[in-house]
Amino acid sequence: MLIKLTGGTVYDPASGIDGQQQDIYIKDGRIVAKPTDAVVEKEYDLKGKVVMSGAIDMHTHIGGGKGNIARTLLPEDHRQDPVHRSDITRSGCGHAMPSTFVTGYRYAEMGYTAGFEPAVLPINARQAHMEMADIPILDKGGYVMLGSDDYLLRMLTAKKDQKAINDYVAWTMQSAKAIGVKVVNPGGINAFKFNQRKLDLDEQNNHYGVTPRDILQVLATAVKEIGVSHPLHVHGCNLGVPGNVQTTLDTIQGIGGLPMHLTHIQFHSYGTEGDFKFSSGAVQIAEAINRNKNITIDVGQILFGQTVTASGDSMRQHANHKHASPNKWVTMDIECDAGCGVVPFKYKDQNFVNALQWAIGLETFLLVNDPWRIFLTTDHPNGAPFTSYPHLIRLLMDRSFRNDVLSTIHPEAQKMTTLASIEREYTLQEIAIMTRAGAARLIGLKDRGGLSAGNWADITVYTDNTDRQTMFEKPDYVFKDGQLVVVDGKVVSTKWGTTHVVRPDFDPSVEKGLKDYFDRYLTMKLGNFKISDDEITEDGRGSITVHPLSSG
Amino acid sequence: MTEITEVPSPFCGIGTDDLTIRVDGVLLKVIENGCAVNTPAFEQPMTDISARVAGQEVSLEVAVAKAAELLKDTKLPLIGGCATDVNGMRGLLALADRSGAVVDNMNFTGARNNFLALQDSGWMNTTLAEVKNRCDLLLVVGTDLEGFAPRFFERYLWNKASMFIEDTSEREVIYLGRAPSGEASTSPKGKKAQVFPCAIEDLAEVVAVLRALVKKQPIRATSVAGIAVADLQLIADKLKAATYGVVTWAAGALAYTQAELTVQTLSEMVKDLNNQNTRCSGLPLAGKEGDQTANQVCGWTTGYPARTRFSRGYPEYDPFLNETKTLLDNDEVDALVWVQAFNVTAVPPVTDLPTIVVGRSGMTFTKEPDVYIPVGTPGIDHAGHAYRMDNVVAIRLKKLRDSGLPSTAQVLNAIEQAL
Repeated sequence: MLIKLTGGTVYDPASGIDGQQQDIYIKDGRIVAKPTDAVVEKEYDLKGKVVMSGAIDMHTHIGGGKGNIARTLLPEDHRQDPVHRSDITRSGCGHAMPSTFVTGYRYAEMGYTAGFEPAVLPINARQAHMEMADIPILDKGGYVMLGSDDYLLRMLTAKKDQKAINDYVAWTMQSAKAIGVKVVNPGGINAFKFNQRKLDLDEQNNHYGVTPRDILQVLATAVKEIGVSHPLHVHGCNLGVPGNVQTTLDTIQGIGGLPMHLTHIQFHSYGTEGDFKFSSGAVQIAEAINRNKNITIDVGQILFGQTVTASGDSMRQHANHKHASPNKWVTMDIECDAGCGVVPFKYKDQNFVNALQWAIGLETFLLVNDPWRIFLTTDHPNGAPFTSYPHLIRLLMDRSFRNDVLSTIHPEAQKMTTLASIEREYTLQEIAIMTRAGAARLIGLKDRGGLSAGNWADITVYTDNTDRQTMFEKPDYVFKDGQLVVVDGKVVSTKWGTTHVVRPDFDPSVEKGLKDYFDRYLTMKLGNFKISDDEITEDGRGSITVHPLSSG
Repeated sequence: MTEITEVPSPFCGIGTDDLTIRVDGVLLKVIENGCAVNTPAFEQPMTDISARVAGQEVSLEVAVAKAAELLKDTKLPLIGGCATDVNGMRGLLALADRSGAVVDNMNFTGARNNFLALQDSGWMNTTLAEVKNRCDLLLVVGTDLEGFAPRFFERYLWNKASMFIEDTSEREVIYLGRAPSGEASTSPKGKKAQVFPCAIEDLAEVVAVLRALVKKQPIRATSVAGIAVADLQLIADKLKAATYGVVTWAAGALAYTQAELTVQTLSEMVKDLNNQNTRCSGLPLAGKEGDQTANQVCGWTTGYPARTRFSRGYPEYDPFLNETKTLLDNDEVDALVWVQAFNVTAVPPVTDLPTIVVGRSGMTFTKEPDVYIPVGTPGIDHAGHAYRMDNVVAIRLKKLRDSGLPSTAQVLNAIEQAL
């Protein structure tokens, strides 16, 4: 069937189209050039409408064990947001950590068509994929977590060469069906198991003598050398610790020009100035980002209200449990592989620290110049549930709205932020870069995130509205792979998205050492650890899309 | 005849995946690394291959149509058992959502002791590989660990190689509340576990005193439930001195009222220990016959564990009101679907309600259900996924034979489609 989207105002940064009126044709799930003879079977009049490709959340906790712990921990949160089944949708729950089906519906209803789980533990990757397999409509993928696994730390202690580490990283990515590699509190999750309670960038793991700096260096190098497009995805040291802005600046400096993505950087941008010994480091961070073109970031904006934080960073989450609200929390040490910590949080606008965290995130958004290197996230659900994105977009695009909210937060926090003086307002094109074209480029997605011919037809159509929250909350239409899935902000049909992966090469002899390690120390056979393709495809719903490696 | 190696087991909960099984047609024989739990579960003969309606053999299609007919006009059907693999649970929850049913995992009343503690205050837990490589002190509370999982000690405590324990046979094991049934907890060097037995229902008191001692609270009594406070002080001191202590319990073994408070006290004690400059972790034992699988899949599908109802069109969790026994005793439900793909002895409760059994081939009934559909066992008759006790690791179950039996998911999906 040939579908024509007629006369919309198109924002397609991937093709350099910035608000031009264009027709778009869809055939067999993809965008095609204007056909010379074919008959248009369905036409949508989009005159006056804003057209973008489907949005891509490049960092959202939508699959894996810690999310399910978060769900189990908070029945009282679910009870406030029950979701009815319908003839075409399943029942579930929403708010902070929604059920899988509701996750898919609500993302789609905001115009999102893909989400990437950033913390896939190799040993828990099956669960991550199984949960994501139950998220309808969205495409998905995962970044596999390394850096606190005993195997890598043993390699570093044994001074294995970079080639051996590259093989291990590539093997792990293939075994876990990943599209990226993440490191969380490099080596810190491991150090916590040895009863270390903090780990600075140059502090040694008591057992291995390895520092976070060493780990970042070898992993960032490995990711680059095996040809993975997405740079090493880094949740740095000292999350949430006042003064960690220096750690973050040192991390940027220390990586020596290698590509590196610093995630939820808001949580890593804190100074120690002022009466409360807590201040914004956003200016320094933004300057460093603007200067170092090898660095990309996502913000991890906090927004006020109840949520739950779910992280692989067991060390920092254990320290943060004092702030749990309600006062219940979980940490786990996991399989000589990693760990996790789940701590419910209620961010309050009248709490000085929370209020300043809010301002720090926004300062970061507004002070980083290049929208291709900064991404819109709340680190769902850690800073706020993903459903708050339209509100966040309004804060970025509407200075007077932003300043109105600013004037209501804790007065001491208002004094500690430059936010009121920042004039910048994001444009629609910049929003499209951050949430579409830039995200697709960063992850290395081929044929997604753009509207030129050849791309998959993931398309969102909005009614232009000066109230950007209203505009982005309720798209007129969302197409996923050419199928109309949302009309007027409501799901009208569902389908199953694909799982995006890369398959970097490795020397098969890497399995010799691994097999011995698995047999001696782990609890599973190597052969049973590796996830096969059919585990994702055998139910007839899932599929795997392999993306090209970068030539570098 | 073939031999299949590295076979994972969904039966024991501790994720053994080193079994070798000889397959001769549909006959299975465990020839390596069997145990008292796994061997009979794998070797259980297949008997029924055809579905029955009112005791008469019928085709699968007829049985599915009859099941759908029985469910069609129900007001509140109950789907019990819930013992199957991940895909089976997916099908089960889709059927429950469609039919407005109550879903209740058969082991939930035991698991509830853990869920109530988790949902009230949380915990700090660990997993099996961490035990294998780090644990220098194991405190077993109220549970016969080797009865629960016969190979636990062999695989995770007396393992020869360990990354961080120089001599694993020097590890310490302490039993509190219940004595072990055998010698598995004696180390290869002959070092025996210390055992401090008490009446199981007195554990709440014993554990409360132990936590108080960990927190350095003064205790005036000299003994509690027959255990000398000096002995409990010794346990507290060992937990503090351990580099990586592990406290384990089976929620179902704590079979007394309000045992969730015991789990909570243990879990809070573990947190206390981590505030005293050492590491300590909890290790809840579970994961038999799909109970963790049921709770995991129900967790991501609904937000709640597997004691949840869909009668109002959306999921509602209640760990007490949605219990099978309560619902049947109070005549609150009007049909029963029993799903049990692992264990032929785990038959449905006898009831006069219309009953549909989706069960492992070989089940026998005192009262023939209205519909019985024998299904394959995940990990024997078809591939699948099941969760291990520590809830993090999902094991990939293998297909070992061609039995022709449908999977739970196929049957439940067909019933849902027929509605």
